[in-house]
Amino acid sequence: MLANLQSASIAVFGAGVMGRSITALALGRGVDVVLIDVSDDVLQDARAEITQQMRHGQLMGAFPAGRTPGTLTATLSGEAAADAAVVIEAITEDASLKARVMTEISRTIPAGVPLITNTSGIPVAELAKSVRRPAELAGVHFMNPAYLIEMVEVVRGPQTGDDAMAAVLSFLERLGKKTVVVRDAPGFVTSRLLHPMINEAARIVAEGTASVESVDRLMHGCLGHPTGPLRTADLIGLDNLADALRLLAERTGNSTFEPCELLMEKVRRGDLGRKTGRGFYDYGEVLS
Amino acid sequence: MNQDPATTAEGIAQAITAFVSKRVGADVPADQDLFESGLVSSLFAMELVVHLEQAFSVQILGDDLKRDNFRSVRAMTALVLRLNGAGHATGA
Ligand SMILES: NC(=O)c1ccc[n+]([C@@H]2O[C@H](COP(=O)([O-])OP(=O)(O)OC[C@H]3O[C@@H](n4cnc5c(N)ncnc54)[C@H](O)[C@@H]3O)[C@@H](O)[C@H]2O)c1
Repeated sequence: MLANLQSASIAVFGAGVMGRSITALALGRGVDVVLIDVSDDVLQDARAEITQQMRHGQLMGAFPAGRTPGTLTATLSGEAAADAAVVIEAITEDASLKARVMTEISRTIPAGVPLITNTSGIPVAELAKSVRRPAELAGVHFMNPAYLIEMVEVVRGPQTGDDAMAAVLSFLERLGKKTVVVRDAPGFVTSRLLHPMINEAARIVAEGTASVESVDRLMHGCLGHPTGPLRTADLIGLDNLADALRLLAERTGNSTFEPCELLMEKVRRGDLGRKTGRGFYDYGEVLS
Repeated sequence: MNQDPATTAEGIAQAITAFVSKRVGADVPADQDLFESGLVSSLFAMELVVHLEQAFSVQILGDDLKRDNFRSVRAMTALVLRLNGAGHATGA
């Protein structure tokens, strides 16, 4: 099974924040990538940003020296995933959209090809209802930027099979990732902890207890958080964060997880974080 | 044209210092190791690359894309001078 994984390409659905940085990671490791989105404009932006991200990865020494980068194919056609050795779903965090696209993807790819979802917190078991072969679906929670962050959270759904787990873990090893495998639950481990913390950080700012900068400086200086929760929020994308929080609230029944008013207001204004140049912080021009 | 501040070491160092100090909100001596001191995050490191390329019309490629070249204002100045120098030699 998967004997040709070493030479084969992967397919990534969704060319947003995560699809791009996962693609840069794979290319930098010498893996060819077929990147699929529904928008031509998005794909064009993605090409340019991925080029910069690969330079960024090189700058930070994230890729093995001397490795020939993989080649990128960006396309609107989901059929292009048919030959991939591994397929990664990284589309918008919307449960019904994901269910529909998962069904399409699992119709396109042959048996034996592991399907990975990069969802922030929709249980793998829920998404498994939409695929033909639930045993071949697993969660891999890459973090942004995927080419720099060494560790990923791997989620084994109740139906995920041993073969698929083994294939996913060996693929991640090829990408140079350290892994921690957890069981399936809304938000898994990292989103269950991080997303509510960011939501609270935003509430603290809205209540006037402290400024954005002060919250981050305290979490950094006193508690060793690498950037502070609100800078992290800007890196994630505030729209994605709000979607993920809403899904977490629904699936845990904990209404404090509902995205707070300040977060929603920023999303309504289109201040989505680094990707639009402004979120909790102002970034001037967008890095791309 | 020898006076063009974008081509003298001093002018380049001044421009880079101004950019970095403004972004990190602190004075930055030319020799300070920006990575070790924690002043420069990995994302800002890439912004430095893009900024130098745009501000000094250079392209930073291949083996030049390494952290050591961006470690301090002095290191960045040397890089820009070298890349600029190469361009001027062929253009002169
Ligand atoms: N942003 C983060 O830091 C982060 C971290 C870990 C996991 N995630 C998860 O990764 C996934 C993607 O998040 P993102 O931040 O990249 O979102 P994003 O909004 O930046 O990008 C989503 C992309 O999916 C595309 N898309 C929508 N429908 C599609 C379809 N049918 N086929 C192909 N592409 C389609 C959209 O056009 C968009 O470009 C989500 O599940 C999110 O929760 C995000």
